[in-house]
Amino acid sequence: MRVALFLTCVNDTLYPDTGRAVVKLLTRLGVEVDFPMAQTCCGQAHYNTGYRHEAEPLARHFSDVFGDYEAIVTPSGSCGAMVRELYPRMGERARAEGRGDALAATLAPVVPKTYELTEFLVDVLGVTDVGAYYPHTVTYHPTCHGLRGLGLGERPQRLLQAVKGLELVELPGADECCGFGGTFALKNADVSAAMGADKVRNAESTGADVLCAADNSCLMHIGGTMTRLRTGMRPVHIAEILASTEEEPAV
Amino acid sequence: MSGTYLGMPAFPKAAHEAVGNQTLRGNLRHATHTIRGKRAKAVSEVSDWAELREAGKRIKDHTLRHLDRYLVQLEESVTAAGGTVHWAADADEANRIVTELVKETGESEVVKVKSMATQEIGLNEALEAEGIRAYETDLAELIVQLGKDRPSHILVPAIHRNRGEIRDIFEREMSEWGRPAPEGLTDTPAELAEAARLHLREKFLRAKVGVSGANFMVAETGTLVVVESEGNGRMCLTLPETLISVVGIEKIVPTWRDLEVFLQTLPRSSTAERMNPYTSMWTGTTDSETADGPRTFHLVLLDNGRTDTLADEVGRQALRCIRCSACLNVCPVYERAGGHAYGSVYPGPIGAILSPQLRGTGSEIDASLPYASSLCGACYEVCPVAIDIPEVLVHLRERVVEGGPVTREGNKVVLKPAKGHAAERAAMRAARWAFSHPGALRTGQRLASRTRRLHPRTLPGPGSAWSGTRDLPAVPAEPFRDWWQRTQGGKGGAK
Repeated sequence: MRVALFLTCVNDTLYPDTGRAVVKLLTRLGVEVDFPMAQTCCGQAHYNTGYRHEAEPLARHFSDVFGDYEAIVTPSGSCGAMVRELYPRMGERARAEGRGDALAATLAPVVPKTYELTEFLVDVLGVTDVGAYYPHTVTYHPTCHGLRGLGLGERPQRLLQAVKGLELVELPGADECCGFGGTFALKNADVSAAMGADKVRNAESTGADVLCAADNSCLMHIGGTMTRLRTGMRPVHIAEILASTEEEPAV
Repeated sequence: MSGTYLGMPAFPKAAHEAVGNQTLRGNLRHATHTIRGKRAKAVSEVSDWAELREAGKRIKDHTLRHLDRYLVQLEESVTAAGGTVHWAADADEANRIVTELVKETGESEVVKVKSMATQEIGLNEALEAEGIRAYETDLAELIVQLGKDRPSHILVPAIHRNRGEIRDIFEREMSEWGRPAPEGLTDTPAELAEAARLHLREKFLRAKVGVSGANFMVAETGTLVVVESEGNGRMCLTLPETLISVVGIEKIVPTWRDLEVFLQTLPRSSTAERMNPYTSMWTGTTDSETADGPRTFHLVLLDNGRTDTLADEVGRQALRCIRCSACLNVCPVYERAGGHAYGSVYPGPIGAILSPQLRGTGSEIDASLPYASSLCGACYEVCPVAIDIPEVLVHLRERVVEGGPVTREGNKVVLKPAKGHAAERAAMRAARWAFSHPGALRTGQRLASRTRRLHPRTLPGPGSAWSGTRDLPAVPAEPFRDWWQRTQGGKGGAK
């Protein structure tokens, strides 16, 4: 099977290790991965901040780049939810505004083919044990758009539970937002920071040495709070845990 | 809405104080988490919750679509039952009508059932200005009124107060308003409730005029419904000779049977109760000497921005709200910022979409409310009438930054983008340009990587809000796309 990796602009620029981990993991599972070089950003930051008309060209660009692939896999619940949940809505709004079906027709092909990584592993490849090894105590934070936007459910936890050497401990208040929220972190910095600090304190109470999530933007916010609060915990993207093996362990 | 809230600072500024107030945050956290847990349990007991939620949404949407027809039907039913219906386009008109009605009775005081609509229009202040004293009889409203405070929650207006604070308020203020607090009052719930009961009882027995809101109005019968927990509402609805109910036009349901859905979803969503303790229904007037209920009944139907909201295809779903406050109790932003920061009687997620629609986005506070959310979606998940609050928030953000067509006071107008977003708009445009040109994005990434050792770990300007409390990530030596091109995903060379 050949899939397109939609890495997201944040991962491409700031977290290339996550991208390398996805490639390693999917290749190990027999999937042929392509990275279309013309990809950029899904437009979520624009859309969610209220700049829908700036987001539309980016959504069209996304469809141009990814439209011909059999499946599109992304290690981000948030950007995955943007494509799956909000692209159809953008199409509907364009129609309601009398701009016709063109945008909806352009965006429609990519919507059902876009999968968040853990969803792709469990639902499409049908695996929960990906042959990973990761000897750490891990707590999992289900990020909001993965949890409520995409409905990832227990898929990430099932994948983590199958990892050799990994002890999964429950995070108190797991389904509460960490406070990142894109531009929310800048516009409402005090509330965002208070939410982040509470998330980190909850994570700390588990005694885990790693906090894992399926979104690097949330991990950036949580991780930045962790170092500031000197917790000694590390934020790690789930792809890096699932890619880790005894032969080539992740640090 | 109420003049009390005019001139509120923008949400982030108003939230700043609350975030730093540890007592307030502790009170809010304790209360919201307790009720959140109870609600989840009460909802999980109902096997057809999803169907009830869908039914509630459809009944409300149907009613809103035919609102004109149902309002006329309601007016006919209320009139036939001996009541009088008044129409108020805005807060001033509603206040004027109620003030005149009270004056006609010759009374100078009224007892009130907890009502969001009368708070929205600032009725107590308007009555006060005409020499009429309004007594709040809901326990939490009483605490807020005695404390010269503002409500902080739709359902639990004094959620931000703890027992010790309430005891102090009773001891200090009750004598100003009537029967003083008993000697040696402690902060036990039973003693506080008894003090309130004694204080209120003399008001119930004396009052000739009651003022209420309503949770529902049934078009086919002209029946009004108030759902409350303490019985104080029932006292106000049955004891006074004259009853004046001020109700938002969206509170209507077509038939008696529709109540079945909401009398299941409302108590479970709001107070986590299977059935509401006091559900009072009244239809018009009573003319018998011995029967309970008002001899004179006035219904003031309040618009105050509602038909303008109804004209907005995306935003109109906010009018489905049954004021259960489940969205407040799950909202992580409300939990830290508290209700006052929202600058309206409607705080929390529902307030963040309702206030900027009812009042417009012209003021500083209203323009900031659509951003008072991380879009986590918890509010949509718990809403018993399935209001997609995040969708409306984003829609209103668009209105703030891009402007566009809206309806104000019945007229179509085109809003200009709000001031203060020029730098952000330029940044968004620049980002869109870079993202539309992969080559430019790549150049930017490379530049960032090459200069990575020079990057500060704290930011100046608007970015300092981030780096004041969080460390920034380090920029990697090589963006992913360069690695991919160099190695073709690890196949073409060095990893």
